[in-house]
Amino acid sequence: MDSVLFDERPAVPTALKILIAGGFGAGKTTLVGSVSEVRPLQTEEVLTGMGLDVDDTFGVEQKGTTTVAMDFGRISISEDLQIYLFGTPGQDRFWFLWDELAFGALGAVVLADTRRLADCFPSVDYFEQRGTPFVVAVNMFEGHSQITEAALRTALDLDPDVPIVLCDARDRRSGKSVLIALVEYVAERRGLSLAGVPS
Amino acid sequence: MHWMDDDAGPVVRAYAVTGGRVRPVAGGFDLVAFVVARSGEEGLPAHLSPEQRAIIAASAEPLSVAEVAAKLNLALGVIRVLLGDLLAADLISMYEPPAARRHDEDILKAVVNGLRAL
Repeated sequence: MDSVLFDERPAVPTALKILIAGGFGAGKTTLVGSVSEVRPLQTEEVLTGMGLDVDDTFGVEQKGTTTVAMDFGRISISEDLQIYLFGTPGQDRFWFLWDELAFGALGAVVLADTRRLADCFPSVDYFEQRGTPFVVAVNMFEGHSQITEAALRTALDLDPDVPIVLCDARDRRSGKSVLIALVEYVAERRGLSLAGVPS
Repeated sequence: MHWMDDDAGPVVRAYAVTGGRVRPVAGGFDLVAFVVARSGEEGLPAHLSPEQRAIIAASAEPLSVAEVAAKLNLALGVIRVLLGDLLAADLISMYEPPAARRHDEDILKAVVNGLRAL
């Protein structure tokens, strides 16, 4: 029989956040969908244009609004450990939403489409400046990527230690391997050893 | 591009359920913080809105803030205000996620193992 005390503090999972970033059409939603155990959900933020110092008694009805949608998915590692994947809003003007997403995040995946490489520059810049660990995942659109890793590293001006992985965002196994590469990189950056993990 | 400035209508619609308030009275509510109702749906205070009752109903089991928002189909900012009211009234408990630096070796190992096993 469960004790009363136990019932009062339900088993709450630990949740880790991973951000999926990249330019518009780079495959963010596809990647979230392929690895998530649930159909990707969507949350919206309604931007009110409120200043930070305005208190809540102030009416919001005069302010312009924009709705920004964020896709997210979930992977349950165990009963008490879950990963949440958040696709970042694609437009540059929503950086401040990224701040909230990035706060406390384990790390990020920057999806790159080699046909439109410049689209992922802002994401790379953002995570570099914030110090958020990230990997670059090159989404292979029908075998489209002919660029070498070295050329890509130069083009993105990446630090030598930032992993570059190839992936097919539609493929669950491929998406999983991108996430594994990220977690291994996070561990490496923190000087932690994942040795003993069977591969 | 899907700009919804016009389609979204005036902000008063989105925030009508909060009485126009845009800040929660309590709590931070990370996207992956978990909400747990402290009691069932019976005996809730009469003044609670349908949306707040829906949150109580949805969080009988721990549910993340992001999922609460998705489930109720309300904007995150709106959900946070409603959660703040419920937290201040002691009707829900909130469990914030661990700070990033606390993702220790054991957790990272468990994540890598878990991903490989999926």
